[in-house]
Amino acid sequence: MTERFDVVVVGAGPAGSMAALTLARAGRSVCLLERGPFPGSKNLYGGVIYGRVLDEILPRWIDEAPIERWVTRRVTMVLTETQSLAVDFRSSAWGAKPYNGATALRPEFDSWLASEAEKAGAVLVCSTTATGLLLDERGRTTGVRTDRPGGDIEAGVVIACDGVNAFLAKQAGLTSTEDPSHYTLGVKEVLALAPDEIERRFGLEPGEGADFEVIGGTGGIAGGGFLYTNRETVSVGLVLSIEGLSRSETRPEQLLAEFKSHPAIRPLVAGGDVVEYGAHLIPEAGLAMMPRLAGDGILVAGDAAGMCLAAGIWLEGVNFAMASGAAAGEAAAEALERGDTSAGGLRGYRKRLEANFVLADHRRLKRAPHLVLSDRMQHQYPQLVCNLVEEIFTVRNPSPKQGIVAQARQERRKAGVRLRDLARDGWSAWRTFR
Amino acid sequence: MSRSSESSPVAFEDRMATTEFRIASEPHISVHGDSCRGCTTRACVTACPAKLFVPTSDGGILFNYEQCFECGTCYLVCNTEGAITWAYPEGGAGVVYRRS
Repeated sequence: MTERFDVVVVGAGPAGSMAALTLARAGRSVCLLERGPFPGSKNLYGGVIYGRVLDEILPRWIDEAPIERWVTRRVTMVLTETQSLAVDFRSSAWGAKPYNGATALRPEFDSWLASEAEKAGAVLVCSTTATGLLLDERGRTTGVRTDRPGGDIEAGVVIACDGVNAFLAKQAGLTSTEDPSHYTLGVKEVLALAPDEIERRFGLEPGEGADFEVIGGTGGIAGGGFLYTNRETVSVGLVLSIEGLSRSETRPEQLLAEFKSHPAIRPLVAGGDVVEYGAHLIPEAGLAMMPRLAGDGILVAGDAAGMCLAAGIWLEGVNFAMASGAAAGEAAAEALERGDTSAGGLRGYRKRLEANFVLADHRRLKRAPHLVLSDRMQHQYPQLVCNLVEEIFTVRNPSPKQGIVAQARQERRKAGVRLRDLARDGWSAWRTFR
Repeated sequence: MSRSSESSPVAFEDRMATTEFRIASEPHISVHGDSCRGCTTRACVTACPAKLFVPTSDGGILFNYEQCFECGTCYLVCNTEGAITWAYPEGGAGVVYRRS
């Protein structure tokens, strides 16, 4: 027998659970489908969660969500083969309510968020893969097909939160992009270390966490590295352009081993046994890869909609997923109320995203992914800056010190950076981040 | 000191053994060997984080689906139309990241 719900949400990640929660609270029957044995079991990120978007919807999240550590130290670092240079920011304000970022493990966080959707009345169905959309003769989405016997589920609206591969959005004709330059591959090791050892190495108080974002250290492949402290593990990983990776001779786990052995990274991770290894794609291109957000009977949210912010100094995703999921839930409830679930009837989704940070941040930072992954940003500038700082702090007595401007000029020439490119990139960075 | 702190990385099999995979009854990846014989890039061989694609001496590709992270890198980097068919594994199967 075919089941019927007002809405079926595909994927119980942060986008899907927020959509389901919002709809259940609006009194709608909602089925939350998850292909893994439990929510979060397929999900992998760095990572840090910025939970501000939960303040209104789940006001007790700070006390109830399975948080590992509250981030009070944020390090942005550039690496060359032998050098490192970092901006090391600490804030004690981030270590007290309302906090800023938190480290969390996705199998735990996503399970918690899905359980909140269930509490609101959503029906969570795990171990079930949505294999495709049900379409009527006019191409309108009317439900999903699952891999359970007789497992078709009809619904007024399908909300596709099925992750970065976005198979449902592709079937609905909302996107066709499979451009490899739009994706990066994240590979990550979780290393076991005692909590007090983590606090000693990273200079943290109990319960506090550190977030390290690194440019360079990727063996010449565009991307970057990261380190995040959990309660009793450290997550260390790389984000790699999949085009760069497939052209290279070096495999991801070798690149990660090299990153871990860099003199600036090794002391932080030494002795930590790998307790879990994993990999996941990241939708890197932001606005450039965003699908049409609504079709007849279907909305797309989270990674499936490319709503991951990979903008150099800002690397966010779970907050975009949660906010877009909530907006999709509200828009679907509104459309059902009015009895119009066509693409036009669902336009409240885009309106909501335009009114909050989801589309505003992506618009503001639309040039960032390209800029950050450019060859000069990735290789030439880190080398130039590190060499310059090394020159400034190397004492060459009896020679007197040189002027810093003269040294900068010299290093620019040595690095082979043309003034024209420097000016162009400076202008582009200003336009991107102003 | 444990082995992982040394500069030589853990053996690949040991690395993969840290992650749980529930094996599906049917493969979710298929590779069309004939298309691979003409391939010069072998992008999937280098890029697949689970090392599921192995070149054979006769110019083909041998593949395994059992320890797949389900990322999708292989079909995105493959430049031969239709050489790799890839879908999600059946519900409940595949990679399972742990709740601690």
